[in-house]
Amino acid sequence: MKNVANIFEKPVVSTMISIFLGFLVAFFILFVTGYNPYEAIVTFFNAIFSKPKFITNVIIKSSPLILTALSAAFAFKTGLFNIGAEGQYIMATIASTVVGLVFNFNPIIQIPLVILSGVLAGAVLGGIVGFLKAKFGIHEVITSIMFNWVSLYLCNYVANSAVFHKPESNGTYPINKSGISMLFYEWKFSEQGRKFLKNNQFLNEVLLKTDLSLNFLIASAVAVITWIIIYKTTIGFELRAVGLNHYAAMNAGIRVRRNIVFSMLVAGALSGLAGALTISGTSNNSVQVLSVFENNGFNGLAVALIAQSSPIGCIFAGLIFSSLIYAGQAMQFKIGIPSEIINIVIGVIVFFIAITRIFPIIVEKLCRRESRNAQ
Amino acid sequence: MKKYISLLLILFIVLILSGCSKSDEDGNEKKFSTAMVTDTGGVYDQSFNMSSWQGMRRFAEKTGAKVSYVESRQSSDYSINMDRLADEDMDLIWAIGFSLADVLKRAAETNPELNYAIIDYSYGDETLENVTGVMFRAEESAFLAGYVAGKTTKTCKVGFIGGIASIVVDQFEYGFRAGVDYAAKERGVNIEFVSQYAESFSDAAKGKAIALKMYSHGCDIVFHAAGSVGVGLIEAAKETNNFAIGVDMDQSNLAPKNILTSALKNAGQAVELVSTKLMNGEKIGGKTLSFGLSEGCVGLPEFNPNIEPKVYISAMKIKEEISAGNIMPPANADEYATFKEKYIN
Repeated sequence: MKNVANIFEKPVVSTMISIFLGFLVAFFILFVTGYNPYEAIVTFFNAIFSKPKFITNVIIKSSPLILTALSAAFAFKTGLFNIGAEGQYIMATIASTVVGLVFNFNPIIQIPLVILSGVLAGAVLGGIVGFLKAKFGIHEVITSIMFNWVSLYLCNYVANSAVFHKPESNGTYPINKSGISMLFYEWKFSEQGRKFLKNNQFLNEVLLKTDLSLNFLIASAVAVITWIIIYKTTIGFELRAVGLNHYAAMNAGIRVRRNIVFSMLVAGALSGLAGALTISGTSNNSVQVLSVFENNGFNGLAVALIAQSSPIGCIFAGLIFSSLIYAGQAMQFKIGIPSEIINIVIGVIVFFIAITRIFPIIVEKLCRRESRNAQ
Repeated sequence: MKKYISLLLILFIVLILSGCSKSDEDGNEKKFSTAMVTDTGGVYDQSFNMSSWQGMRRFAEKTGAKVSYVESRQSSDYSINMDRLADEDMDLIWAIGFSLADVLKRAAETNPELNYAIIDYSYGDETLENVTGVMFRAEESAFLAGYVAGKTTKTCKVGFIGGIASIVVDQFEYGFRAGVDYAAKERGVNIEFVSQYAESFSDAAKGKAIALKMYSHGCDIVFHAAGSVGVGLIEAAKETNNFAIGVDMDQSNLAPKNILTSALKNAGQAVELVSTKLMNGEKIGGKTLSFGLSEGCVGLPEFNPNIEPKVYISAMKIKEEISAGNIMPPANADEYATFKEKYIN
């Protein structure tokens, strides 16, 4: 019995079990609402794994989530709740779009310029929030929520502005081609590229039919760097100390205020990177009028919570989350399950993942009871 | 402990088995199938996505075709969703709204064997062989609305609130204006026309501010072609007890006493017509189709309690004149100038 309990202690095992339980409840919900749950689940997994391009799409969709999750996780480590990831993301998309439209250099300069401008915009927004928190003690949640709205409306203003608005559309012009970081962007849509790709089924799917870029690799690399900063450097140690107990940190001679500003600055930059990579690396390459938030930032918070703020965990949690969203849409389209029910199903699965820590505790209790009964 | 685990396992096995027992019911001959990709408004947006989906369902009921939709949550979903449908061996793929124009063009180039259609967008001379553009002669319903407004106004001053200037909004503005002029000529009075743009399709507060200004400056009827901005207009109409004219759908439920009528634009009807055409083997690709009064895709609602019966009857006469081609409502500034020369002066 003890062995069983030990197995459950492993995070991987308990996460698997919670995912399994989440699906079980989802099964039940689908059954009660009158849909064939088996068909739904089969569709769900087919929509992720049955074709190379599906897997590619899941990976593409996960990149911004991983980055906004890292942003939230980074702030969590310093005891801050970065609900402003959404606004920082939007502000970055605006900055990247404007820079991408105004300038037109060689791609080697243009792509980093577009991305850096977004990172900078996010960092500034995060930095202001951090500064207000450090200097005047104004709570970061209220300021960053307000910045979310400011960003949303600024985005709509830019999308509709006379200079950038593309006629007969809902947004701005796409950024200049030199700033687009999708792989083989011009070649794959050219006559020649199409002809070549036709003969190669795999490349045709993965390259032509998706927005393949290096975004995921960048996001993963950034996750590793974040992990190193948090756990292997003095700065990271200070940040964590502030997060655990900032009075103790202050007594130990750590400059709490500076760390708060720095933490929000980095968090903002990470969300900004998510937005910038989206503009540069996924189709549309422009900002559109937003009637509601697109939830890139808010979903990032959920991903960070699932990953329990572990930077490496954010990669996997981001992949799980994006596959839920991506395959959820397939269930809606293929079986006709309304998107409301799919959202409930996704919510239930995420809920079970989020309460993973419960399972080792439950198992331990059951074990204890068993041994008591045995006596 | 073992009890719980075995219970769980049994439950799981039962569920899987119950799923397996359902056999596939394919093997029938292939049905005509069509599907649509919504824009980020979603399928229940109370506007053209919803209208298109209703049209698609009517089409399915009448012909037994298979229909479905994919909702886009973010604009980055557009290309993914178009691609999803391309995998499904659809006979016709719909894109609802001009936001999807670029994505649709790319998808049509990548899949030359599939048929595509788009609402509210025309590729003009560059229309691909497998693409159908669907445009509406919204100026015809706007003309009727303008005519009713011109016949009804007591202050002899009417207003128009536009969203963001575009071909589609121009259709509404100049059609409406021409209708007002036409009524003014019939009445033998001079009707003043004021127009203002909100530079937004979503800012209801701005719509309200503009509308209040118009009403206080003597307008008693204001028309809009500005999406949710119009919600503000309707609020202002209610507060000042004046008339507003709705757009796209019958908006009288928003303010039953203050909506004079609505200039309808029924995307669903067009979806139904075009899908039927393709199903019957007609060639629809490579061109832009235009739908108006004669196809029943634009017009006024059937029930308009706020219009005087006499005005409504003469409006219906005008409707027939337009359908017959005797009156050509203008869709832009140039056509408006020609129209004025021909009918008014």
